[in-house]
Amino acid sequence: MKWTLLTDPISKNNPITVLVLGVCSALAVTVKLEPALVMSLAVTVVTACSSLILSLLRDTIPPRIRIIVQLVVVATFVIAIDQLLRAFAYDVSKQLSVFVGLIITNCIIMGRIEAFALGHKPWPSFVDGLGNGLGYGMILVVVAFIRELFGSGALLGYPVIPESWYIANGGFYANNGLMILPPMALIVVGLIIWIQRTIIRPS
Amino acid sequence: MMKVKWNKNSNSYTVLYAAALVVVVATALALAATVLKSRQQANIELEKKQAILAAVNKTDSIDMQPNKRAYVEALYKKYIVEQYIIGGQGERKEGDAFAVDMKTQYDIIKQLSADDLETTRRVALRAQLTLPVYVCWNDDSTCKYILPVYGLGLWGAVWGYVAFNDDLNTIYGATFDHKGETPGLGAEIATPRFAGQFIGKQIFEHGTFTSILILKGGAAPDDPHGVDAISGGTITSRGVEAMLKNCLTEYLPFLAAAAQEPLNDENQ
Repeated sequence: MKWTLLTDPISKNNPITVLVLGVCSALAVTVKLEPALVMSLAVTVVTACSSLILSLLRDTIPPRIRIIVQLVVVATFVIAIDQLLRAFAYDVSKQLSVFVGLIITNCIIMGRIEAFALGHKPWPSFVDGLGNGLGYGMILVVVAFIRELFGSGALLGYPVIPESWYIANGGFYANNGLMILPPMALIVVGLIIWIQRTIIRPS
Repeated sequence: MMKVKWNKNSNSYTVLYAAALVVVVATALALAATVLKSRQQANIELEKKQAILAAVNKTDSIDMQPNKRAYVEALYKKYIVEQYIIGGQGERKEGDAFAVDMKTQYDIIKQLSADDLETTRRVALRAQLTLPVYVCWNDDSTCKYILPVYGLGLWGAVWGYVAFNDDLNTIYGATFDHKGETPGLGAEIATPRFAGQFIGKQIFEHGTFTSILILKGGAAPDDPHGVDAISGGTITSRGVEAMLKNCLTEYLPFLAAAAQEPLNDENQ
C-alpha cells in the first residue's frame, strides 16, 4: 500500500486547489470554522466509504447504469450523515442546511469513484477517498479560519479579538464584513492556489 | 477476481441489480430514519423551548451550561406556567399550543392581510385560526405573555417570539430566527443586538395599534414604536416588520380582552 495515496491529495493533487473540484461547497460553508470542520468530516467519510463500497461492487455493476449505482451509494451515505447530524449535532446541521444534501453533487466524490475506485481494489480506494476528503477538508479549514478570524473576530465561536479593540468600545478595529460574504471565499481560495502553486510546486 | 456468470449488459441483469440495490438502500435508510426520529424531534422541540425562553430573556447563560437539554427543560418547566390556543376572536380553543405549526397559521394570516378581502371570507378565515399563547410567570411575580410570529424574509421564512408585559402593550423581550437569510446582513435579525432593540417598545399609541416599525436609517432614540433596520438587510427588515404587523393584528382581540382585566381590577 502506497502512502502517497493518502498524502498526494493533501498537497500535490489537492482536489480543491489543483483539481479545482468541490469549490462550490468550499465557498458556502467556510464562514465559520465549526461547520467547515463538520463538512470536512462528512465529505471525508462519504468519499472514503462510498469508494470502498463501490470498489467492492465494481465487478458486478452493470455498465449501463454505472453512474446511477454510484449516485445511489453516495446518496445513501449522505442521507445517513444528514440524519445523524440532525439527531446528534442539531445546531451544526442547521448551519450547514442544504449543503449536507449537496455533498451528493460534490465533484470530488464522483470524480474519485470514476477515476479511482472502479479500477482499484477496496483498500487503496478507501485510502484514496480518505486522502481526498482530507485534502478537501484542509483547504476548508484554512479558509474558514481566515474568514471567521477576520470576519467575526472569533474562532470556533469564541471571540479572540479583544473587546476593547473594537471601534464601538473606543478602539481602532472593525470586523471585515466582506469576509463573511461568498466572494471573499473565492478570493481566499484563489490566494491559496496562488501560494501553493508558487511555493509548493515550483515546477 | 470474482467470476462473472451473468452477462452484465443484459436487460434482466441490469433491472435485477437496480431493484436489489434500491431495496437494500431503502431498508437501511428507513431503519436509520426510524431509529433517529425521536431524537431529531426532541432537538426541534428543544430549540423551540429555547426560543420561547429567549423571548423572556432567560437564556443569557445557556452556552455555559454543561447539560443544555436539562437546563432548558428545567427553565421551561419553571417559567412557562401556561400555554393555550386562542381563535380569531380572542376566544380560547381546545388543543396543544406547543404543537401548533406557525407555518399553517401564517398561510391563513397571509390571506387575512389582503386589503380587499370579502367580509364573509374574512370571518371564515378567522374562524380557522389557532394561535398559541405562552404565559411566563417571572421571578418578580409579573406575568409575561409570549406570542409567536411568522413571516417571510428575503430567501425564506423568518419567525420569532415576542414577549409582552401584562399591559399587553410594552414589549418585554423578543427573539427572531430565520431559515436562510444572508449571513452578516439579513441574518443579523437572529442576533441579540437586533432583538434587544425591541425591549420597552410599545405596539399601541393611545389605544390604536401601531405595531413596531423597522426604520431604515435608524429610529429616533425616544420613538416608542420604532427600531433600527439592518443596513444591507432591507428586505429582511421589511419582512420582520410585516410579520409583526400581520401576526399581531390577528392577536388584537386577545390583546384587547386580556388587557381589560388588570384595568378593571385597578378601577375597583
